[in-house]
Amino acid sequence: MELVKDLPAIFEEFSEQRKNAFLRMHELKQQGKPFVGGFCTYLPKELPLAMGACMVGLCSKDGETIPEAEQDLPRNLCPLIKSSYGYAKTDKCPFFYFSDLIVGETTCDGKKKMYEMLAEFKPVHVMELPNSQSPMGKKLFAEEIKKFKEKLESHFETTITEEQIKEAIHKTNEQRKALKAFYGLQKMDPAPMGGLDMHRVLDGVQFRFDMERATEEVKALTQKVIDEYDPEKYRGRKRILLTGSPIGCSTQKVVNAIESNGGVVVCYENCGGARSVDELIDETNPDVYDALAKRYINIPCSCMSPNPGRLELMDRLIDEYKIDGVIEVVLQACHTFNVESYKIKNYVTEKKGVPYMFMETDYSSTDAGQVNTRVGAFIEML
Amino acid sequence: MAKYSLGIDCGSTTVKGVLFDGEKVVDSRLVATSARPALRMHEVYEKLWNEDVGYVVTTGYGRELLPEANKKVTEITCHAKGAHFLGGSVGGVIDIGGQDSKAILLDKDGNVADFLMNDKCAAGTGRFIEMMCRILECTGEQLDTFSPKGPTVDITSMCTVFAESEIISLLAQDVARDDIALGVIRSICRRTATFASRLPMQGSVFFSGGLARYELFRSHLEAAIGRPVVTHAQSQLCGALGAAILGYRFVK
Repeated sequence: MELVKDLPAIFEEFSEQRKNAFLRMHELKQQGKPFVGGFCTYLPKELPLAMGACMVGLCSKDGETIPEAEQDLPRNLCPLIKSSYGYAKTDKCPFFYFSDLIVGETTCDGKKKMYEMLAEFKPVHVMELPNSQSPMGKKLFAEEIKKFKEKLESHFETTITEEQIKEAIHKTNEQRKALKAFYGLQKMDPAPMGGLDMHRVLDGVQFRFDMERATEEVKALTQKVIDEYDPEKYRGRKRILLTGSPIGCSTQKVVNAIESNGGVVVCYENCGGARSVDELIDETNPDVYDALAKRYINIPCSCMSPNPGRLELMDRLIDEYKIDGVIEVVLQACHTFNVESYKIKNYVTEKKGVPYMFMETDYSSTDAGQVNTRVGAFIEML
Repeated sequence: MAKYSLGIDCGSTTVKGVLFDGEKVVDSRLVATSARPALRMHEVYEKLWNEDVGYVVTTGYGRELLPEANKKVTEITCHAKGAHFLGGSVGGVIDIGGQDSKAILLDKDGNVADFLMNDKCAAGTGRFIEMMCRILECTGEQLDTFSPKGPTVDITSMCTVFAESEIISLLAQDVARDDIALGVIRSICRRTATFASRLPMQGSVFFSGGLARYELFRSHLEAAIGRPVVTHAQSQLCGALGAAILGYRFVK
């Protein structure tokens, strides 16, 4: 595939994905395509794909519906949870509206309790995600994956064969490989692209419903970035790894602050970034449920206890991407990431000898000035 | 041949300017920021600028507002530089500003090794003291004259708004004004110390910002932190001085 447009236009197009996806979703729905809405990266998307359904992400990333959500939910709750609930409650989000089934997992406390409330106005299936990556945990999750398959079969009156699941695994693995090759470009020093552009692609690709086509586009884009590499563009910039809670449009203020203060985000260790893309599913494992369970439960999110995988991943990313500084962005009231930041800070500063900064923020723009000063001071310190 | 650098720190409450010759503060200005930070910054710039100024650095929350500036640097870096210059071999800096407070860990060369900012609420900042002075009908200059009159008073609310009602209820219980003020100061110092204790500071700590002028604050902070707290007659100019020091490297 060859991309005829120039790079800035392509990046812009990816960031438009979310908006354009509304129309595309509508079209596909009219053609009879089922949609499954999900929240976390623990959801094995191979199962909906295997039955020919489309997956759509429901994690809301702006504050528009938070006031409505706060009529039912406590104020001092994570903005992602409030906003997601608010969009479902007010029916303002077409992704919610068109989702035939919503799937959640028992990840953090706020989310799992919110799903109970969501079930009052939408069909919701909650997968029990163990909070430990023990052999027992893996076994439980494999069972949960089978139950999810059965739920899909009964809800959509269809059957899902192991052959179809294998095909879906192959497709998602191909996309993971393409995404890894794409964000892996940032290992180059100087970096070939800005972190905001990289984020647009990682986020936008989740809203392309034709997965194989999206994979081809990512591959073509990767080639184009290589072809047009200009080492002068980001020369001398401090190389930042961003970690912590999920980053959305409202938290892009942090990325903006980094890139307008002499830094460049070369790696995202969070949902949508390396945390959820890095590991492939074992296509040679004859037991597809075991293969899925092993891969998904390994995702090193802070809702796992203990969560050694995150340190292992950080260790590797800091070296591979030649990181100058780590910035952790945690959403307000995101307890697991907030508490785990202590371990991350100690590991990054003591074991890796890399400066680390912690920031707590939400979806509002009230702290934009402070975020800018903190990030500016951190980069001056590097 | 330029021989001076100019540093201007536009904080939330005051604008500070320092003219620096590489060794000492040659001239300085301090004006209230009011609602017009850009205008006040320009006034300070006009008063201090002369033909021998070779480089201008701005800092503080209004650092983007002076078009004549050659460079903008965050107040963290500037306070570290200024504190290292004024305080010598200090291990860290505590700055209590008008709308935030910060703790900075310094390496042995006076560079920022790590920092923390409390910028989420007005508690433990100059605003808190302004609120207290307004209710207790006293001026900042009176702070150092306060002395204990009765039993120690603890102010437990750390939200500025709630603390205001707590002070009012203490007044209604006829608690001495001095004791209330001392309670407020002690609670701010304790809070600041707890926040700064997240950084592994060694040796003495330099105290900067407007409140550093008051011995009462310095001594309470020292007691709360448990290590020597030093300050300087020019500590309110610390950020502007740091900006000027950073700028002096570019004066040719």
